[in-house]
Amino acid sequence: MTNGDIRSPNRGRATPRHVIAGVLGLLIAVVGTACAGANSGGATTTLTVASVQNDAMTDLKKLVPDFQSAHPNIKVNIVTLPEDQVRQQVTQDVAAKSGRYDLFTIGTYEVPLWAKKGWIENLAPYIAKDSAYDSSDLIPGIKSALSYKNDLYAVPFYGESSMLMYRKDMLAAKNITMPDHPTWDQVAAAAKAVNSSTVSGICLRGLPGWGEQLAPLDTVVNTYGGRWFDMNWNAQLNTPAWKDAVTFYVNLLKTAGEPAAGNAGFTECLNAYNAGKVAMWYDATVAASFFTGDAAKNSGYAYAPTKVKDWSGWLWAWSLGMPSSSSKKDAAWTFMSWATSKEYMKLVGTKLGWARVAPGTRTSTYAIPEYKAASAGFAQVTLDSIAHADVNHPTVDPVPYIGVQYVDIDEFQQLGDQVSQEFAKVIAGSQTVDQALQKAQALAAAVGKIYQK
Amino acid sequence: MNTGSSLLRSVVGSGGARGTAASISRREAWLRRLPLLPAFVYVVLVTQIPFALTVYYSFFSWNLLKEGSFRFSGLDNYARLLTDEGIRTAVLNTVVLTFSVIAISVVLGMAVATLLNSEVLGKGLMRTLMIAPFLIMPTAGALIWKDTLLNPLFGLLPNLLTPFGLGRVDWVNRFPMATVVAVEVWRWTPFMMLIILAGLQSQNPEVLEAARVDGATPFQAFRRITLPLVRPFVELGALLGSLFVVQTFDSIYMLTYGGPGQDTTNIPFLLYFVAFQGFNIGQASAIGVVAVIMTTIVATLGLRTLFSIFQVEARR
Repeated sequence: MTNGDIRSPNRGRATPRHVIAGVLGLLIAVVGTACAGANSGGATTTLTVASVQNDAMTDLKKLVPDFQSAHPNIKVNIVTLPEDQVRQQVTQDVAAKSGRYDLFTIGTYEVPLWAKKGWIENLAPYIAKDSAYDSSDLIPGIKSALSYKNDLYAVPFYGESSMLMYRKDMLAAKNITMPDHPTWDQVAAAAKAVNSSTVSGICLRGLPGWGEQLAPLDTVVNTYGGRWFDMNWNAQLNTPAWKDAVTFYVNLLKTAGEPAAGNAGFTECLNAYNAGKVAMWYDATVAASFFTGDAAKNSGYAYAPTKVKDWSGWLWAWSLGMPSSSSKKDAAWTFMSWATSKEYMKLVGTKLGWARVAPGTRTSTYAIPEYKAASAGFAQVTLDSIAHADVNHPTVDPVPYIGVQYVDIDEFQQLGDQVSQEFAKVIAGSQTVDQALQKAQALAAAVGKIYQK
Repeated sequence: MNTGSSLLRSVVGSGGARGTAASISRREAWLRRLPLLPAFVYVVLVTQIPFALTVYYSFFSWNLLKEGSFRFSGLDNYARLLTDEGIRTAVLNTVVLTFSVIAISVVLGMAVATLLNSEVLGKGLMRTLMIAPFLIMPTAGALIWKDTLLNPLFGLLPNLLTPFGLGRVDWVNRFPMATVVAVEVWRWTPFMMLIILAGLQSQNPEVLEAARVDGATPFQAFRRITLPLVRPFVELGALLGSLFVVQTFDSIYMLTYGGPGQDTTNIPFLLYFVAFQGFNIGQASAIGVVAVIMTTIVATLGLRTLFSIFQVEARR
């Protein structure tokens, strides 16, 4: 249970320390700047952490007492919010420099953008001082995605790429064997072969949103040879590569995809896959750790399907960063280095179970025998996919932006959502691929103009 | 009109006291108003200052994500309101949504109110049940519609329609505007019903009795006697309702997120989208200002109708 909606009446005002000490014990609330009062005394530092709501973060919340018993002078309040909310709240907080949060979870999308603006603190000096924090152990793809000018600006808490998951038993019944590195044509053929009235061939996200439908679709576009912008920031959505990729995606959904594709996001596909209603699923590598029953027993894992470009998997990491305006940087580093350390991985493994260890951050995690046993089928695919995902060279032709399943510019949240909505309309059958791409091209061209100046 | 406006003045307050005002000194008048001051200050603080700031920001090109983007841009944001196709679509969607929701819910509300005004079995229970949709939180209501009723995989409606071959229709994505209208009609029909029912119950049953004796059919009596009587109530319901329906946000956010495409993006949703996905504060402020002006126009009309009801009441 989170007490996020209980707000301290003293919010926004510095309060005497003894009051804070008493009240904070009871309220795990958004106390914001009230904490500054506690800090000035120098005894106890309270860190307010804005965190995205996912399983890895829930586990972190459970293990905070372990951190506090080792660091009695640092108090940690974790405020968990759904993904879209945390993004809005943290963006507003950091842009207005209001100092409500001392630490926050941000993704690979935010880190280079905010580092460039000077909104988040360069962590290189802290890492240099902290000999125990082995940053060379971080998986290379993730490390470069969280760096700006070769310095880390956030430390990964959880990382993922994308892969194809499939039911070995269902494919075997049609005499299909899935290669480790399938092409999209092979996947489409397999999906159509196993598709029946009770089981759909494949689940692909159709729910609009740049973090939902557009993520897998973007990786298809990339491997088909498409890109959002050319080196001069001219929008490229009217090119044949985009048309082929989007047509392929929509047709695959229509002929062998899950029913009601327009509503299907990560959660819906996971439920369908676990219920045995879809034979294959192309999504985040983390999905495999949520499989139950037959899905857990009979699943095979393949690398992200390709067309022209190899290694088409996406790259995402939830990571911890601190605002450069923070006055509690040392305490914040103490906590964030603990939560992303090798020891923390072991702590999760021994206390909560090895299957619960957040994947995709440290190479050393994949050498732990217990973890290997708990993630037998997908550990290698996850590790390799993340290591090969290159945010700087995501496409066949060179691009002026970074990001695999997104474009790392401020305008992309809005642009991505709008473009994704146009594709949703195609999936719903209310417009053609050409109509959608024409509108998308106009939207992207308007954004590209900003960068041509 | 005369009796009406004098009554109105006494209802509204200070103005009506003018008749005897000569004896009350200016100072005393202010002393009487003094207890209202905290409320007045509060209203100014929480409504007028934010609004003034919004107007101020609307003249600036300000994107929260762009350092140094805060600069005066005159009427640029307003000019974009006229030229941007996305904004025109949102205005059109708002009009379509508001008009259809109000029209349909008034007709349904009238029908239900007429039913509840007659002698039927279980009237009390029925009335309570009819009001229920209005009492359910919009967000929860929209989720129930989206997941429990309309979900093409496990929803109630697709299951019921399976025998007719409509079992796998994705209503929300296939007919987005119709779905939003349906959900909003479901929410607003009880509101219309309550207001119209109040009007119907003020009707003297003897008048209808007399009409029947004079040989009027029930339809004629409804058309010539009941309808003119409840007309101001219908107008009031429609105008108050449209004030709220213009601002519909919750159900759109939950049901369609403004899509697919821009099919259900209305002004409030567009404002949210521009402000919190694009972080374009200047543009969002301009949209907000225009939305407030539009709502104020509707509200003024609504209040006028409200007063005309007082006049009708006063005449009787």
